[in-house]
Amino acid sequence: MNKQMSLAEVVAELHDGMTIGIGGWGPRRKPMALIREILRSGLKDLTLVAYGGPEIGMLCAAGKARRLIYGFVSLDFIPIEPFFRKAREAGGVEASELDEGLLVLGLQAAGHRLPFLPTRIGLGSDVTAFNPGFRTVKSPYDDGETLLAMPALRLDAALIHVSRADRLGNTQTDGPDPYFDALFARAAERCYVTAEEVVDRMDLSYPQGARSNLFERYLVTGVVEAPLGAHPTASHDAYGWDTDHLKEYAALAGAEGGWQKYFETYVGADEAGYLDRVGGAARVRGLPLPVM
Amino acid sequence: MAREFTLAELAICAAAEAWRGGGEVLATGIGPLPRIAAGLAKLTFAPEILMTDGEAYLVEEPVPLGPRNGYVPKPSGWMPYGRVFDSVWCGRRHAMVTPVQMDRWAQGNISALGDIRKPKVQLLGVRGYPGNSISHRNSMFVPNHSRRTFIEGEVDVVASVGYSGKRWPDGKPRNVDIGIVVTNLCVMDFKGPDHAARVISLHPGVTFEEVQAETGFPLLRADRIATTPDPTADQLAIIDRLDPTGIRAGVIKGNPPGRRQAA
Repeated sequence: MNKQMSLAEVVAELHDGMTIGIGGWGPRRKPMALIREILRSGLKDLTLVAYGGPEIGMLCAAGKARRLIYGFVSLDFIPIEPFFRKAREAGGVEASELDEGLLVLGLQAAGHRLPFLPTRIGLGSDVTAFNPGFRTVKSPYDDGETLLAMPALRLDAALIHVSRADRLGNTQTDGPDPYFDALFARAAERCYVTAEEVVDRMDLSYPQGARSNLFERYLVTGVVEAPLGAHPTASHDAYGWDTDHLKEYAALAGAEGGWQKYFETYVGADEAGYLDRVGGAARVRGLPLPVM
Repeated sequence: MAREFTLAELAICAAAEAWRGGGEVLATGIGPLPRIAAGLAKLTFAPEILMTDGEAYLVEEPVPLGPRNGYVPKPSGWMPYGRVFDSVWCGRRHAMVTPVQMDRWAQGNISALGDIRKPKVQLLGVRGYPGNSISHRNSMFVPNHSRRTFIEGEVDVVASVGYSGKRWPDGKPRNVDIGIVVTNLCVMDFKGPDHAARVISLHPGVTFEEVQAETGFPLLRADRIATTPDPTADQLAIIDRLDPTGIRAGVIKGNPPGRRQAA
């Protein structure tokens, strides 16, 4: 069994109109090498599900996104993702805005093959205006409480960045917070991971790291080796997000032809030259993890 | 005799009061002033509250704002986002947040201005507000008390729920628990009749009439309307420690003194 693939092979398995979930959290641990390969592809009409960072802004700017299902879209130190903001204010993308916790419940329901999970979250708020299809459900017990039935968010594919993977699909994710990568993996029909490093056998190379394995390999369809592949987002505990790069990216959102300029300067025709275009591997490897 | 103090420092001390007597809960201050305020509460009268380092760990010593200069937070526990949601949903949390708009029903908006399909201004999105506001107590800090924030009608997008029944399946709001609302002019709550907004203390030199003029909806006077107390020397020393580089000076426009200068 060997699940190792190339970026192009993963993108070839994705189709127009798919619902694609993306792991990570804001500018942290985004599978950006894979996102750039999508940006270079002809894929379109995607529904994207994420705790969004620059990947959402870029996919909007490139006209790949039809609908966004999100807990937020933020670069953290730049609180509102600039190209997301631009797309929203132009009315250019359908927005199913969710409470951050509702996204957890929707993914959990999908992963556990339930139609919905009951919750109070969203009641009384405009979450239901953003999501007019949401229904309520009455508790069948004595309390009789009316609750929101958060529908399952089933994903056609999940894209996740990890610290290490092996060819079997075992993964390890470093860092202080697992975020909800495991829920994305479980909610998806197919899950593709990019990894800082791919080894033959995790049990032979990194047996001491088993506690940082967030989801089972039976959930993993494909593994891509993508060193520094989360750039310009952070990959714990290896490198931080690229503040200078993201500032330049953000400024381009306000410029005429800004996205085209970003695409030509950095995304380019292939991933091979990407690290050189953003200042070299040594520079990225040295980016400090942010202090909150 | 304490040193001279700024309005931001007075507001921090008033905001710390949000966590008095609230028990052993996760205290989350979002933004510099609420975060300093939670730290001040923990280091004075509320040692029981739980705080994080802003990333994923619980700490017993509040982490100062700004560059760490070699200071390494000492984790006492783990609080990744998954457990933040657990804390929210079990009700053991009290957050202090800053809505962009707030209305007479205590509903708050940080999502967007204008039509949600094509907003005039995209803001942060609803983020955790719907879940927070229906699960645990929330207090607010507003650095610019004006009719643009405390608006006349209903907020453009209801991110945090309040005492309006309009969006509820049975027309009855449930589980709403608003703590205090600290602004650059006063401290308010929503504990008047039918959850009407009340002024409970005025910052030194501010009149009720001025607060009312800057608020888009009618305010009540609390039974005994107080003057917000001056920070003590001890409180100011702790604030200096929690914010060694003075980030608090940039929060309220013009960083005015805590006692108004005579006109």
